[in-house]
Amino acid sequence: MKVPGALYLILSALLFTIGAIGVLVRRNVLVMFMCIELMLNAVNLSFVTFGRMLHDLTGQIAVFFVLVVAAAEVVVGLAIIVSIFRRRASADADQISLLKW
Amino acid sequence: MAGLQYSVFIVVSLIALGAAVSLVLSRNAVHSALFLVGVLLALAVLFLLQGAFLVAVLQIIVYAGAIMVLFVFVVMLLGIDKQEALTETLASQRPLAIGLGLLLAAEAIYLGVTQHIHVHSVSTVAQQLPGESNVTAVARDLFTSWALPFEATSVLLIVAVVGVMVLARRKTT
Repeated sequence: MKVPGALYLILSALLFTIGAIGVLVRRNVLVMFMCIELMLNAVNLSFVTFGRMLHDLTGQIAVFFVLVVAAAEVVVGLAIIVSIFRRRASADADQISLLKW
Repeated sequence: MAGLQYSVFIVVSLIALGAAVSLVLSRNAVHSALFLVGVLLALAVLFLLQGAFLVAVLQIIVYAGAIMVLFVFVVMLLGIDKQEALTETLASQRPLAIGLGLLLAAEAIYLGVTQHIHVHSVSTVAQQLPGESNVTAVARDLFTSWALPFEATSVLLIVAVVGVMVLARRKTT
């Protein structure tokens, strides 16, 4: 007997929540970025789980596209972080407040 | 055999949850990156457990390989600042974030447990034929039904590469 899909969904929800709390609580830009990756992966897990529950491969196709978008996003995001760091030598999200009203 | 799947699931999901919590809590950015690798590898095992072989291999190669190398590289490049300001500019942000996060988890778990997913209209969806490997089935679906989005991803990757070159270039003039 296979592990029921609901358990995977609970695990996915917990991982997503940990990632969301991490983005809100941490101030280091790099760690916040890693937490975003964690949230993307939690959603990937629920895509695969729903695909298995519905006997449908489209869930795995969706994971493929999420992977591609995540790769592009990480590359651009890290380049932005590097250029911010060059300018002000800090990886603290609270310091980047130039556009704040 | 049934017990084996359950025990693998429980061990791997505990590893994933522990690594995710340590990712958020650890002071050092390199430790956070290593814990993220742990989460990614645990999720790859969970994909294998659900028969999604191609996705599991891609997870290891692309995520745990390429993306994490990039992360660790940038952490090393920027140097690690261990002191992170513990005082919030918004005093209520941290407890509010944790409270709302727990609420989010409760809602998501409630939905995941109570909503029953009905299997219907099976003939219209992409299926893995009996005797067909997972890789073959996913590739057939990807290159027929999803050929155009697949081509669009190549444009996206090229745009990302060009954007990074523009961002990372030092102005020499």
